[in-house]
Amino acid sequence: MTTYYTKDHEYVRVEGDTGIVGITDYAQSQLGDVVFVELPEVGKAVKAGGEAAVVESVKAASDVYAPVSGEVVAVNDGLPDSPATINEDPEGQGWFMKIRLADKGELAGLMDEAAYKAMIGA
Amino acid sequence: MAETAESDLKHTPLDAWHVAQGARMVPFAGYSMPVQYKDGILTEHLWTRAHAGLFDVSHMGQCFVHSDSWEKTAAALEALVPADILNLKPGQQRYSQLLAPDGGILDDLMITRSAYEGHEGWAYLVVNAGCKDADYAHIAGHLPAGVSLRLEADLALIALQGPEAVEVIATMVPAIRTVPFMTYHAAQLDGVWLQISRSGYTGEDGVEISIPARDVVAFCDRLLQDPRVRPIGLGARDSLRLEAGLCLYGHDIDTTTSPVEADLKWSIQKRRREQGGFPGAERIRRELAGGPSRLRVGLLPEGRQPAREGAEIMAEGRRIGVVTSGGFGPSVNGPVAMGYVEAAFAKPGTPVSLIVRGKELPARIAPMPFVPHRYFR
Repeated sequence: MTTYYTKDHEYVRVEGDTGIVGITDYAQSQLGDVVFVELPEVGKAVKAGGEAAVVESVKAASDVYAPVSGEVVAVNDGLPDSPATINEDPEGQGWFMKIRLADKGELAGLMDEAAYKAMIGA
Repeated sequence: MAETAESDLKHTPLDAWHVAQGARMVPFAGYSMPVQYKDGILTEHLWTRAHAGLFDVSHMGQCFVHSDSWEKTAAALEALVPADILNLKPGQQRYSQLLAPDGGILDDLMITRSAYEGHEGWAYLVVNAGCKDADYAHIAGHLPAGVSLRLEADLALIALQGPEAVEVIATMVPAIRTVPFMTYHAAQLDGVWLQISRSGYTGEDGVEISIPARDVVAFCDRLLQDPRVRPIGLGARDSLRLEAGLCLYGHDIDTTTSPVEADLKWSIQKRRREQGGFPGAERIRRELAGGPSRLRVGLLPEGRQPAREGAEIMAEGRRIGVVTSGGFGPSVNGPVAMGYVEAAFAKPGTPVSLIVRGKELPARIAPMPFVPHRYFR
């Protein structure tokens, strides 16, 4: 399993033909305390770079974009009731959704961990 | 607001201190200011409601209007603001607004009557950072002969807010315990004069302290040694004042809103309502008599999603107003907002909807404050 990153600070962890999507630890640290999250409905078709979810901190609202195109096959149901999980464990328990990848070729346009870390200056 | 280039930003005397405390600095009103420290906005907000939060508000404008008598100074100020200034007692402070000729609000400010012997004709003013240059020009341009404006650039201003704030100050200045809300108390501490007012912008008990800029870092270090005190950034300052139902200039009040529309008529005392004599008096007295056409109200959205500034307020299938401040209230543990609605919809409990990200979010008009004030009277 490999994790890919977008310039908008989403990650997609690919397992087989499914990608687990969320926002990075850097994204949550910039956003601050998350107080609200809106997830898509299971079955929704999303496009790479299209709006997939909404996350709001005390200070601001942000769109979460789908890193890859495909069908939303699962969402993290517990997240809207405990949005702080996104701050505590963004790349683990704080995942947003699982997307069945429509085109694995899209992954080539994303960053690997080393490239993402370089971008955020980590 | 356009972001000012980093190099053009002004810095308060606590700039390096903020960075040393782990602050994230952002441009605000032309200054580099801490939006939050390591704890984050939510924790800082709740800390202030439970203990004592230390805020740097040195970016705000501190100045004096003075003459050889209180009557002269008060009359000069009453030509600019709708509050009763003449009947302030020595050391008493009052909230008011600088008004434009049409009754719109140029800025809101605090005015304090001096309690010092030899300074009977002095008033101390605190105005907003983003308005201060325009305010000073406006005030100076309207003062009659014999009344002067004096700017104070070498003063810092800090606030200590929360239920434990006064006890923290009392360890150094015991007399502060009995000083009532909206009153000034001067104290000398290790040779440094502190001008302490029992006031603030959080809805909590607490103080604001004017102190020479050269002494403020040492004083804040001393405050921080008390385990009840933590530094608090602008982010929590905003969520605290929003829960307290207090206006933010440039958002909830501006040149298009009158004090009556802004539900600030409590700040216009009886003699001024009857006599007028302030800018926009005709409009304001008409609104006081007949009610304004729109009113600032509180809004409680249903569910968890915040409605932010600019969200349209709808009822009966049409737009009846707009949100001017909104976000998540950490002490309410839910979204809170304020905005202006047509007067017919201003009654608490009235159902409305807010347009958030293209969708209608159900909400209700709600009384403010959202969190009860805990002022010491």
